[in-house]
Amino acid sequence: MSEDLAPGPLLDPSLVETTLRVALSKGGEWAELFAEDRQSASSSFDEGRVDSMSSSRDRGVGIRVTVGEITGFAHTSDLSSQGLKEAAEVAASAATSSSRTTAVALNGDGLASTRVKMLPNLVSKESKVALLRRANEAARSAGSAISQVTVGYSEGRRRILVANTAGIFRADDQVRTLFSVNCVATGDQGLQTGRETVGYTVGYELFEENDVEALAERAANRAITKLRARPAPSGELPVVIKNGGGGVLFHEACGHGLEADLVKKGASVFRDRIGQQVASSLVTLIDDGTMGVEWGALSIDDEGAFTQSNTLIENGVLTDYMWDHLRSKDAGRVPSGNGRRQSYQHLPMVRMTNTFVTNGETEPADIIADTTRGVYVAQLGGGQVNTATGDFVFGMTEAYLIENGEITEPLREGNLIGNGPEVLKNIDVIANDFAMGSPGTCGKDGQGVPVGDGQPTLRVSALTVGGTAA
Amino acid sequence: MTIRELPDIAKEIIDSAKAGEEIEVALSRGRSTTVNAYRGEVESLKSGSSQGVGVRIIIDGCEGFASAGSLDPEIVLEVVNEARQNLTFAEKDPHQAIATPDGVKPPGLDLFDRSVLEVSEKEKIAIAIDLERRCLDRDKRITGVRASTWADGWAEFALASTAGIAIHEEGGSCSVGVQPLAEESGETQIGYYGDVARRLENLDLQKVVAEAVDGATSLLGATKPASQRVTVIFEPSVAAAFLGVVAGSLTGDRVAKGRSPFAERMGETIAVADLTLFDDPTDERSLGAENYDGEGLATRRNDLIVSGSLNTFLHNSYTARRLGVISTGSAVRGVRSRPGVGMHAMQILPGDRTREELIRNVRNGIFVRGVNGLHSGVNPVSGDFSVGAYGHRIVDGSLGEPFREATIASTVQRMLLDIVEVGGDFEFLPGGTGMSSLVIAEIALSGS
Repeated sequence: MSEDLAPGPLLDPSLVETTLRVALSKGGEWAELFAEDRQSASSSFDEGRVDSMSSSRDRGVGIRVTVGEITGFAHTSDLSSQGLKEAAEVAASAATSSSRTTAVALNGDGLASTRVKMLPNLVSKESKVALLRRANEAARSAGSAISQVTVGYSEGRRRILVANTAGIFRADDQVRTLFSVNCVATGDQGLQTGRETVGYTVGYELFEENDVEALAERAANRAITKLRARPAPSGELPVVIKNGGGGVLFHEACGHGLEADLVKKGASVFRDRIGQQVASSLVTLIDDGTMGVEWGALSIDDEGAFTQSNTLIENGVLTDYMWDHLRSKDAGRVPSGNGRRQSYQHLPMVRMTNTFVTNGETEPADIIADTTRGVYVAQLGGGQVNTATGDFVFGMTEAYLIENGEITEPLREGNLIGNGPEVLKNIDVIANDFAMGSPGTCGKDGQGVPVGDGQPTLRVSALTVGGTAA
Repeated sequence: MTIRELPDIAKEIIDSAKAGEEIEVALSRGRSTTVNAYRGEVESLKSGSSQGVGVRIIIDGCEGFASAGSLDPEIVLEVVNEARQNLTFAEKDPHQAIATPDGVKPPGLDLFDRSVLEVSEKEKIAIAIDLERRCLDRDKRITGVRASTWADGWAEFALASTAGIAIHEEGGSCSVGVQPLAEESGETQIGYYGDVARRLENLDLQKVVAEAVDGATSLLGATKPASQRVTVIFEPSVAAAFLGVVAGSLTGDRVAKGRSPFAERMGETIAVADLTLFDDPTDERSLGAENYDGEGLATRRNDLIVSGSLNTFLHNSYTARRLGVISTGSAVRGVRSRPGVGMHAMQILPGDRTREELIRNVRNGIFVRGVNGLHSGVNPVSGDFSVGAYGHRIVDGSLGEPFREATIASTVQRMLLDIVEVGGDFEFLPGGTGMSSLVIAEIALSGS
């Protein structure tokens, strides 16, 4: 949308102070104002032509007040002083003890400058359409079996401002750009699909370093390869996961279970396990919101805390959980930069950023050579976990059979199922070829946030493969 | 700020159409509250207002779309201009057009019950706290409740177009949900159940508590089953998830774009004769009931599968034009997105026998209480179906030990033909789907 953003913070500091004072006026102990202005645009290319271009704009404010264990929250898209005052009063009304006046002094300038080189909304739409067209042609020329190609481009800029009565007054300017290709291949046995996505916390410079044609070819070849796929096996087998193809395994197997809000409510199998061996000693797991341009990177979280690198599991020993404002205050410690929310209409909670397993020492080829019979997963799809039990599933979108130390037949899609704590212990070898995976959206309690994941090639000695073949 | 009526805002935009432009405007305004209780106290009280505008403009088959979460006049104007600019980059699709009124009368359902707006904050808090209490009291193995929630919302929606569509609807609902934790011998299981209704009196709190608690406690001690081929019974919510995947493959957009395994099967037998699947938004008993679809056409009943035979696909006006048929009134959309195609209120024709009778008929099988990984393990284009499952074993006609950490797999195409029986235990699920249990044979169960 229009690019004449006024310099200065999203909201005037004096208006922020006034609003926070109103928020505390009914007895609240702590109040926070979260302002957001989000502009996004997307276009898709389907059936050989530009199918649609869409743009969207959202801006609003969420106000949170806490007193003891109680949180009051109100959100509004009315940014006038009257609109903010009304929202602050509604949020405040959850905390009715005694009326009082509190001084609020903000520290900081509430300003953020974008770190990206090329703001996508300043790039012509013609240029974006040209990218879509090039990817479409590359996918279609990958093979005559390709019957359908959908190419998508999307850009988003999210400017946030967080202020609270402890004096925080910080902003961030988050720009993300994403490109995806979906192919359908038609064969004698029906239809198969292949998908590839590239996305980073960057601007239009995404396309300086990523070749959309190569991306399209990979997606097309994935669909074509699966045309000759046979049903996946059924039952427990060793599973080798390609580098960058399965960080979601850790996101589901233990990441969610290490979120302090779930831990606090007893809804995690990892509660009361700090200092204990919870994984194979090969495993070191980190959640890092500061990771350069990765999809889950942020300067500050949605509560104004600076992101950082948090070691969660070190050589198999559980070292820490992830924390947001409420949960860290409760535990008497500092937050870890993991308080996130989908939008100004949502309450923040503990969320992952970029979650990954660090390198081991083995050569990836040796892992496959050392596997007599198993499954090689080149790309995992989405997953889901029951944090109370640790049981999780995730889909294999590109997988092969391993027979006598070699990758052989492609396999049809299916889910893998496992139990987090058991799988962590069953990781018996980790390679030295770390790579981050595709951009993801993590859903929790109805809120979606961008996350990244990564891992070197590794093997789980036994995982249940949900295929249909004996 | 003066509050302007949605139809007035819509009319102003429609009236601004330039020569050759077709415009469709969707507007919404709403408010919602959520109360969470924890350990007998309010944990959070959330309330908010929201607004939305979505504008589609089409010139000669080229479509542009823009939306925003605000009805601020300046932003609405920006949205209109942005949609106008976006369409200049679209390429002509001769079937692209705004829906034209088709003369079908809407069912005239009175779906809004104002009483839902009159529930006091005190009452909402009491219900959330009470739900948690009742879960803890129902079974001593319930050691905590992760969340106990009340939510309610009201919204108005207006849709208008240069083709003469002009509707203005209002709706409200309330819901509850609870997640109890059951603990025994160091093992924890979590349950969940919720309900949604158009009025407070219709929320079945007793059932919510019973289902949530039983969901958690019945899985205590669950073990991984042996891999084998079995007959499964899907309880209604699981059957609804499975048939939801089927219905998704029967939508006009998938069919038109060659992304449905059933695209070429019209009139053919794709399921057993016992299966009749339809979408009926005119049935007031369903929470999915609507007077109008997402393009402002009257909703109607559509029979997708009749006694196993593929009878119709679902269409919005675009997919109908592409395939040379008429819209089935199946456009679905939010204000912030372009119209898609989908079910409003899926239903199945129930069979005769009770759930107990269905179970009694299975010698070796599983009763599936829930599945997960539907978004990752089911490919609606190829039909490959593989999901995580949990529930109970069935041994010689009765429910046995609970199982977990297993997957069930087949293909959607095969499963429709492997249905052994449709249960008589029909119920309307909280989402509005009318469903029975399904018995399906020859499913690959993967465990140890």
